[in-house]
Amino acid sequence: MIGILSYGVYIPRYRLSRERVYASMGWFSPATRGYAKGEKAVANYDEDGLSMGVEAARVCLEASKREEVSGLYFASTSLPYLERQNSAIMASALNLSEHVETADMTGSLRAGTSALLAAFDAAVSGRGGKALAVASDCRLAKVASAQEHLSGDGAAAFLVGEGDTLATLHGSFTVSCDFVDYRRTTKDDFGRSWEERWIRDMGYGRLIQEALSGLLKEQGLSAGSLAKVVFPCPYPAVRKKIATRLGIDHSRVQEGVHQFVGDAGVATPLLMLVSALEESEPGDLIAVASYGNGAQALLLKVEECIRDYPRGGWERALSRRAEMPYEKYMAFKEMVPLEVGIRGEEVAPTALSVLWRERKAILGLVGSRCKKCGTPVYPPQRVCVNPECKAIDEMEEHPFAHRTGKLFTFTADNLAFSMDPPALYGVVDFEGGGRYWFDLTDCALSDLKVGMEVKMSFRRKYVDKNRSVFGYFWKAVPVLGGGE
Amino acid sequence: MATGIKDKVAIVGMGCTKFGELWDKGAEDLMVEAFKEAIEDAGIEPKEIQAAWLATCYEEINIGKSAMPLSTTLKFPFIPVTRVENLCASGTEAFRAACYAVASGAYDVVLALGAEKLKDTGYGGLPELSFTFGTRNRVIFPNVTAPGAFAMMATRYFARYGIDPEEGRKTLARISVKSHHNGALNPKAHLRRKITVEDVLRAPIVAWPLGLYDCCGVSDGAAAAIITTPDIARGLRQDFVLVKALQVAVTSGEELMYQGWDGTHVESTCRAAARAYQEAGVKSPREEIGVMELHDCFSITELVTYEDLGISPRGKAWEDVNSGFFDLDGQIPCQPDGGLKCFGHPIGASGLRMMYEVYKQLQGKAGERQVKDPKLGLTHNLGGFPPHSVVSVAIVGR
Repeated sequence: MIGILSYGVYIPRYRLSRERVYASMGWFSPATRGYAKGEKAVANYDEDGLSMGVEAARVCLEASKREEVSGLYFASTSLPYLERQNSAIMASALNLSEHVETADMTGSLRAGTSALLAAFDAAVSGRGGKALAVASDCRLAKVASAQEHLSGDGAAAFLVGEGDTLATLHGSFTVSCDFVDYRRTTKDDFGRSWEERWIRDMGYGRLIQEALSGLLKEQGLSAGSLAKVVFPCPYPAVRKKIATRLGIDHSRVQEGVHQFVGDAGVATPLLMLVSALEESEPGDLIAVASYGNGAQALLLKVEECIRDYPRGGWERALSRRAEMPYEKYMAFKEMVPLEVGIRGEEVAPTALSVLWRERKAILGLVGSRCKKCGTPVYPPQRVCVNPECKAIDEMEEHPFAHRTGKLFTFTADNLAFSMDPPALYGVVDFEGGGRYWFDLTDCALSDLKVGMEVKMSFRRKYVDKNRSVFGYFWKAVPVLGGGE
Repeated sequence: MATGIKDKVAIVGMGCTKFGELWDKGAEDLMVEAFKEAIEDAGIEPKEIQAAWLATCYEEINIGKSAMPLSTTLKFPFIPVTRVENLCASGTEAFRAACYAVASGAYDVVLALGAEKLKDTGYGGLPELSFTFGTRNRVIFPNVTAPGAFAMMATRYFARYGIDPEEGRKTLARISVKSHHNGALNPKAHLRRKITVEDVLRAPIVAWPLGLYDCCGVSDGAAAAIITTPDIARGLRQDFVLVKALQVAVTSGEELMYQGWDGTHVESTCRAAARAYQEAGVKSPREEIGVMELHDCFSITELVTYEDLGISPRGKAWEDVNSGFFDLDGQIPCQPDGGLKCFGHPIGASGLRMMYEVYKQLQGKAGERQVKDPKLGLTHNLGGFPPHSVVSVAIVGR
């Protein structure tokens, strides 16, 4: 049986209070007052749509063999690169085979379910292997806009293939049309939108309903047979209206993520699907719809294996939480010109041929391990670093990204340029051997203790604006109490 | 069978500029000033120099690559001149090359000169390190600076010995207070103000747990040495200084990539020191060394170096610090000239600046800072970071 084998979500650690946004900018846009409730998840300065997607995929692949993945479909409307395939970077970061079919899916918020559908299509194509669908967004919104309140950052991933399936696909229905609610060209940093009431009523209100109705009709099902209906829509009144029109009880409409994550773009329907799966029973039928230039609905049936699946990932992802001040958020999103100083302006050029040659070590955090003495080492070496061994050319590959480590030592550096000073970094001793130094992220100096546990996370290490390079690498994240 | 450098070469002249933020001086000015003092001190003519070694580290913001900036500045008549770079040990590396050249019999009189013009970057601290360690490391090294890398040794030292960081900072402060006391007596030092422990503790944090006064200054400067054979030296002056040991140790990579290193010492220093003591015939450094110029880029570096050199027992250097063992009137005065702390650290010049002070101390010409009758003097440079280091240890005597 082919179906969803595992899932993973990633919510960035930081939250922005909408009330604080309104308190700062309500003077300019009093009409946003209605949105100023709850909080939204916001990426740290070193995260973007790609890095968050990698993190969701890593959670999803925790129990899987990387070599079995043969397809990777990455959906996002906030891809860091227009050219330089983002899914190929992701495949390297995930240490997947270099023969994986990779595709970036973008251009519409609908791309999240398109990626999931593509993963199903790939899995049933007979090409073999498992397919990964990743949806991640980290969308920019102008200061004082409604979108600034509505949008949030997050990522979800699903692995699809033959095996112990959690849910199977039983149909899909697509509405694809040029409904121009939002638009953004290659020259724009921010999207532009038409009147919000029109988007609310004619976009969300009509198109989602059209896709869900079409799916039910095609499958010969009544709305009452659905255990859950999942669709993104930040307007509570419209959510109710869609349910009423479909003829489904309001209690079966999956709770949105607006109040604590915000609208994470292409990831929203998939994040909601994860939260639905977390509380589903075998036999449940779930309709999940995305919205954007139309809408797309998928019908899933929950299978027996869900009983044995380690659930709770959704809660775990949400429980890692710390507040981010609005001013910091604006600085991280480059909404305000920041005096970075001459040191901050100095970025060494990235040698792309080095990046190519050492892609496994840099993007995949793959080191080496001595076959003679068993010593692991990062970065990979030709000569064994163990002073008692020093064997030459006896190395095999040794991935480090999934290994936990202990913080050997650390500092908080006010001299180094950082978007979030002081720059935190330290030396990490990996479980099972190997030591190296890494930047530390998602923490404060006061969180750090010698010997504490850390996990690795894929991040933007530096940004070279003059040369259009995002320097992706790995950082260590301390495992803080009450959430990990 | 190698017999080492002991007593095979002599220093017959040295020069050292005033160090500081020398906005109105270029590297050429600094090289000429150090050279002039050195040849006048040696009593020789420029034309007697047969070969030279130039130490500079940051050529990008300085005088560029190669040794030509030295030969063209001093108008050397097509003699062999070589540029030497090994991070903070560069100055001592130039000195080592010059000594070996004379010891080999290749030359009679040679020059080692270190110069660095750091204050042309436009910002504080050393130049941004992402440019310094190669094309791969810039992608994978953390966002590290020198104070941060050494601060991590303080974090680890405090954790290992169960020292409360605030108490530990007080001991480290004592090290900087001592150096400022000495630097205030030295007209060539950059920073010439006495400070108190309270000043150190109140200063802003640069890289936790190190504050501003735990860090050496950043400055411009140059220093030079004229090296010759003991026979020729005897014809020039009676108070020449003999080289007793010259050792360099460079990391194998294991401190940063293997879990053996404890993070509270610098392995390269231990290795270089052991070899230097053997070369010089020093059995008990705590009893025999009379004066030291250590690489006090940061207070924690100096503390750990006391232990790495075998002067203080492991984990006990703080006792010697607090008892005044390293003060100007202590048993082994350390940084009598004010150290990197007060001179700042124009990279290529520092090793030769340290040697200048030890040379003057051994000759009894250190004025107000004169240490009582030292027999052996030791200099120490540490380049790179505690787990990724280049170290030189030199011992000289009468």
